[in-house]
Amino acid sequence: MKAETQADSVTKGFARSALEAMLIPILSIFTAVVLGGLIIVSVGGNPFVAYIGLFQGSFGSTRALSETAIWATPYIFAGLAVALAFKGGLFNIGAEGQLALGATTSALIGYALPQWLGVDLPAIIHLPLVIILGAGAGAFWAAIVGYLKAYTGGHEVINTIMMNYIALNSISFLLNGPMKDPNPENVIARTPMIAEGARIPPLFDGLRVHWGFFLALLVAFLVWWLLTKTTLGFEIRTVGANPDAAKYAGMNVKRIIILTMALSGMLAGLAGTIEVAGLNYRHELGFSIGYGFDAIAIALLGKSHPLGVVLASFLFAAMRNGATRMQFLTQLPVDLISMLQAVILLLVAADAIVRYIYRIKSQGERVVLTRGWGG
Amino acid sequence: MDWKRFAFIFLIIVVLFGVVVMVGISKSSPIITITSMLATTIAVATPLTLGALSGVFCERAGVVNIGIEGMMLTAAFFGWLGAIYMFHVFGLDKWPSILIGLMTAILAGALMGLLHAVLSITYKVDQIIGGTVINILAVGLTGFLNRQMFFGKASAFGGNIPNSPGTLLNIHIPLTEIFTPICGGSTNCMDIIDALNSVLDQRPIAITAIVLVFVSHYVLFKTRWGLRTRAVGEHPKAADTVGINVVRMRYANVLIGGAMSGLAGAYFTIESVPSFEPLLTNGRGFISLAAMIFGNWSPIGAWVASLLFGASQALQIKMQLFRDVIPPQWAFLQQSYVVGLIPYILTMIILTGIIGRTTPPAADGVPYEK
Repeated sequence: MKAETQADSVTKGFARSALEAMLIPILSIFTAVVLGGLIIVSVGGNPFVAYIGLFQGSFGSTRALSETAIWATPYIFAGLAVALAFKGGLFNIGAEGQLALGATTSALIGYALPQWLGVDLPAIIHLPLVIILGAGAGAFWAAIVGYLKAYTGGHEVINTIMMNYIALNSISFLLNGPMKDPNPENVIARTPMIAEGARIPPLFDGLRVHWGFFLALLVAFLVWWLLTKTTLGFEIRTVGANPDAAKYAGMNVKRIIILTMALSGMLAGLAGTIEVAGLNYRHELGFSIGYGFDAIAIALLGKSHPLGVVLASFLFAAMRNGATRMQFLTQLPVDLISMLQAVILLLVAADAIVRYIYRIKSQGERVVLTRGWGG
Repeated sequence: MDWKRFAFIFLIIVVLFGVVVMVGISKSSPIITITSMLATTIAVATPLTLGALSGVFCERAGVVNIGIEGMMLTAAFFGWLGAIYMFHVFGLDKWPSILIGLMTAILAGALMGLLHAVLSITYKVDQIIGGTVINILAVGLTGFLNRQMFFGKASAFGGNIPNSPGTLLNIHIPLTEIFTPICGGSTNCMDIIDALNSVLDQRPIAITAIVLVFVSHYVLFKTRWGLRTRAVGEHPKAADTVGINVVRMRYANVLIGGAMSGLAGAYFTIESVPSFEPLLTNGRGFISLAAMIFGNWSPIGAWVASLLFGASQALQIKMQLFRDVIPPQWAFLQQSYVVGLIPYILTMIILTGIIGRTTPPAADGVPYEK
């Protein structure tokens, strides 16, 4: 009897803490929707029609659901990348570059490997190679920043921004030159199509949603497991919370920093890889633009918790996917979505504003996400 | 900034100029190449210089500003919008419209600065996240308004993008008039004046930026205001103890920084070209941030670093001009994505500490709690 009550209170406690964690994000989203409605009214639109359009476009049919899942897939990977770095006390603004590099590498392996070897590879070998090398490219790119942070103190925020531009410039060189689709009709900076064996098969016939979506959910679970159930996860979180304490406890802080960045970059690289192998079957210049910032917003909205990241990714995916239908019904520009997302992020970041509006008391300590340049 | 870093920057600038002189030797004389490249360097370095100054003011007061990019973009859009509205809707003349556009840009930048100040000073939001919010908001806001106002039949101008009233023009500095009597008929002397004339043949914001560099240096290091600003950024508690209002100092400096970013944004749509396109700042706010760090949080250092980054951009522009005489092994220098890498790689090298340590203000990024 007693044990039951205890178990009961534990469940209740868990439910309550989950609810409390989600309270601010949910209220932020609600507030942003109201503000968005006011913006729509102010430009002469009908907010109800707009939001119904948004909902229909994202969840209204099997096809819409499939497209939402497609949008959500890279968001989940990239959001997890930023969230994992946050847990380790690092701010990875470079998800965009890591993602683009992952996409470029996987496209290269996807179309060029059969040419180099002179034979078509079976999918069982080719596809894993594409995924591993794409993820590895992202991991390598981020690990450089981790190394510089650990051994020279170069701040990861600046270095990831710089690495973003180095990646994007190098990739535009590659896609306009050596890796450009040689088809004479092609004028776009993009790679050739990847081989059949390098493609991720669709989940259902006739829909575009592919196994990459399933993989994203699986990876989200793995990240949660890594962070909460393993020694490495404990070390990452300790270094993130207090590097001095971690050092004092005998952890190899430098190694952990490099490893955290590498894992984060790997997840971002996967976002690009899965998009190439599962959806586009090639890499095209400009596809990656904006994912880095979206990933930051998703990680913040999801409170850096893997489940939160998945939910936030669905929200962002639904907004992006439903925007076309909204535009069709109301003539409002798709960019309205970017504004809504910025407002959500603003409110999540400045939770004091939300607490003030809804009169919620602050509980617990402020979570330190990043430190100034000195760190 | 220490001599080591100045020497490093100088060396790289010399190399960049040297390459251009060598490539273009068959087409124009070294003096002409150097002066015209200097002029281009100063022009393209303008938004970088102003952006870096924006960062210097914010961070000297202890507020990290990675939202320079967003502030610039917002200002560029609203400056352009202001000029167009004054010209077409309110029927003002060309110059008043442009001038009001300029003011609008500065105001828009300052308002974004105010938002950053509210987030990071009043609400004590993590300052790097605050800056990221500014960047994301700027993309959404300018993209939305641009599309809403100028595209589609229901938009303000019926789907046509109206012509902007134009850009600011080059200002004439009367060097020849001033120096002719001083030179006293010496040809060498007049050659130097001519060269100087072509370097300083710039538009108003470019000249203002250079003036602002020295004004900022004076304000930050020679005035009471500057001393207080630096005190608030280095050790706010001590500053508070001696009666300096930390919050007010930080607000004021972040607003100044925002206005500087606003002027940088005006460079794009009021001075450089009379048009706007989404994402037109194209990462230059982040290069400004790099220039500020490169210059070790000092106005003159940031300016020199901006000139270095500007020179790498000027190199690529000059290479386009020498398209017909460029030897094939140098042809890659014409491509923006090769030369464009220089600022980013140099910044990462600087951050490793090989060429002197960078030392940010001690309380940079730390919200002040009494």
